[in-house]
Amino acid sequence: MLLEVKDLQCMVDGKPILKGINLQVNEGEVHAIMGPNGSGKSTFASVLAGNPRYEVTGGSILYRGEDLLEMDIEQRARAGLFLGFQYPVEIPGVSMANFMRMAVNERRAFLGEEPLAAGEFLRLMKQKAKVVEIDSQLTGRAVNEGYSGGEKKKNEIFQMAMLEPKLAILDETDSGLDIDALRIVANGVNQLRRPDNATIVITHYQRLLDYIVPDYVHVLYKGRIIESGDKTLALKLEEQGYDWLINDIA
Amino acid sequence: MDIKDQNIQSESDRIIEQATSQEYKYGFVTDIETDAIPKGLNEDVVRLISMKKGEPQWLTEQRLEAYRHWKTLVMPKWAKLDIPRIDYQDIIYYAAPRTAPKYASMDEVDPELIRTFDKLGIPLEEQMALAGVAVDAVMDSVSVKTTYKETLAELGVIFCSMSEAVRDYPELIQKYLGSVVPYTDNFFAALNAAVFSDGSFCYIPKGVRCPMELSTYFRINAAGTGQFERTLIVADEGSYVSYLEGCTAPRRDENQLHAAVVEIVVLKDAEVKYSTVQNWYPGDKEGKGGIYNFVTKRGICRGENARLSWTQVETGSAITWKYPSCVLAGENSVGEFYSVALTNNYQQADTGTKMIHLGKNTRSRIVSKGISAGRSQNSYRGLVRVSAKAEGARNFSQCDSLLIGDKCGAHTFPYIDNGNSSSVSEHEATTSKISEDQLLYCNQRGISTEDAVGLIVNGYAKEVLNKLPMEFAVEAQKLLSISLEGSVG
Repeated sequence: MLLEVKDLQCMVDGKPILKGINLQVNEGEVHAIMGPNGSGKSTFASVLAGNPRYEVTGGSILYRGEDLLEMDIEQRARAGLFLGFQYPVEIPGVSMANFMRMAVNERRAFLGEEPLAAGEFLRLMKQKAKVVEIDSQLTGRAVNEGYSGGEKKKNEIFQMAMLEPKLAILDETDSGLDIDALRIVANGVNQLRRPDNATIVITHYQRLLDYIVPDYVHVLYKGRIIESGDKTLALKLEEQGYDWLINDIA
Repeated sequence: MDIKDQNIQSESDRIIEQATSQEYKYGFVTDIETDAIPKGLNEDVVRLISMKKGEPQWLTEQRLEAYRHWKTLVMPKWAKLDIPRIDYQDIIYYAAPRTAPKYASMDEVDPELIRTFDKLGIPLEEQMALAGVAVDAVMDSVSVKTTYKETLAELGVIFCSMSEAVRDYPELIQKYLGSVVPYTDNFFAALNAAVFSDGSFCYIPKGVRCPMELSTYFRINAAGTGQFERTLIVADEGSYVSYLEGCTAPRRDENQLHAAVVEIVVLKDAEVKYSTVQNWYPGDKEGKGGIYNFVTKRGICRGENARLSWTQVETGSAITWKYPSCVLAGENSVGEFYSVALTNNYQQADTGTKMIHLGKNTRSRIVSKGISAGRSQNSYRGLVRVSAKAEGARNFSQCDSLLIGDKCGAHTFPYIDNGNSSSVSEHEATTSKISEDQLLYCNQRGISTEDAVGLIVNGYAKEVLNKLPMEFAVEAQKLLSISLEGSVG
């Protein structure tokens, strides 16, 4: 099993946000996590990534058999956990090439591989840029600086392609994308899909799931997963909203 | 890093390798055997220094005049620096070069220093020399130095120690020494003029474009010039030189006070680029020890179309007081100042420049990038003065500050004194902070916080680093990262 989350609880500013999440993800699977605003989706993504601002107050996470909560954020990243940010931050002055080269070489070091030489690295950049149909000029610019919303999201998937994670968590990657960008981003994710990796897609809308077809859909509400099913669950949510589920609990 | 960077990397590795694998010669070219004179400063000490160096009468007199003037001065207090009291009678003003090694083996050297050397990729032999360990192996570098000297000699370029210059080129020295920074200039300039130990002299003849960067690395007697260094560069009409100053490796030094003077004379149509990477010992994490770096650097563009460019990367010293300046006397002359000043822990820096526009259509450009971390205080202080006669003068100043953490300070003191209504002076300033979100983003890509800060700082300082000759740029980049270690998280 790639990821096993048991009874995960988390507080933010003294308020419980995650109240006992259980989730199992195997290699080769795509999971979608849906839910209304404020249900804890992004918090869950941040906790998985190891954002130190979130305090885990209970439960456990096993990642490839290891205690994920014992690892700090960069160790998790090097071990193949990738978070596609909802709001990718700009880092002026730092070129994508320098940034990615450092990141890729950290990942390679973890895997016991030699750092890539400049030439090889640039070839890899070019090749991976095609996955998300981004202009290779983008990679010469500073990290996310002056990128449009769509470019930022494509850039997240580009980085995912470069780093070849075992587990990718995409936090609202579809938000703010027009239909073309959405298709490109989804297409990128699909190209990166392999039997030995897995993706957790966090989204508001079923729209993205037309392009990235999930094996499982989970509904997160008030810090708990209240319903899980296959892709038809997403369609049902699209038609009927969340009320029927919420009322069920109530 | 793109292919160009990679080429620069390997090229610079080669140059650094060449430059650093040569033996340091400790010792002045004198036959004096005495180790040191007693502590303290008086006229006899000044005379003794001059005598030991075998100087002509006029220079002895000049030193004495400087000393007498210095006695009337008090240390400047206007900088935003907290300078502990310095007992000028507790300093040894002349010490013969150390020939005896401080340590018998590398095992005795501070491990933290060795770790820094390793990070900089300095070869072991060089590490030993820098740390003051006895080096038995004779390194094969004589040929590099010889080729270098031969090439310069063919072109008529003079590049030697100040002591040699006083002996061999007395007319040039008498004509130019003190012509840009007179001993009356300030407290530290007066002190330096009285007791300067040695330094470098460089003369580029008319119309000669110096084909290589002149670096103190290559100069015989480069090491051991000590606290009161004196540098004089004269670029004759239509000549060009790029000069590199620096201790590019962290050298521990027991001396506390460094009061150097650099003077540059740029004649008509000539150009001088002066680059510094200053990395003197900054003191420990608690602010103990470290160098007080009180330096006066000034150049004058004497003739038309003369150009002078200062580039500095300042990461060392406990206290830095330094304002490399340009006097733009010649019409259409150009002065530039590019600076990265990084302070961490308890370091203090008050640094900037003066651009004095005297001639018509003179232009100046100031790009200052301050980086403050830890509990340090970092000030930019700059003066742009346009005289009444400087028709059409132009200045552009950009002063950026980057803060890391919330216990440090960044300050900007730009002074503009414009006496000519046809001139234009522009000033831009920004202050930014490395955000937690930026660090988090880097962390999530597997980049440690320290590496992330290094990446961001180097990106921020890129505009200035790009002005450095490439063998310096790579080392400067590494230095910025190393100097910030432990500043976050």
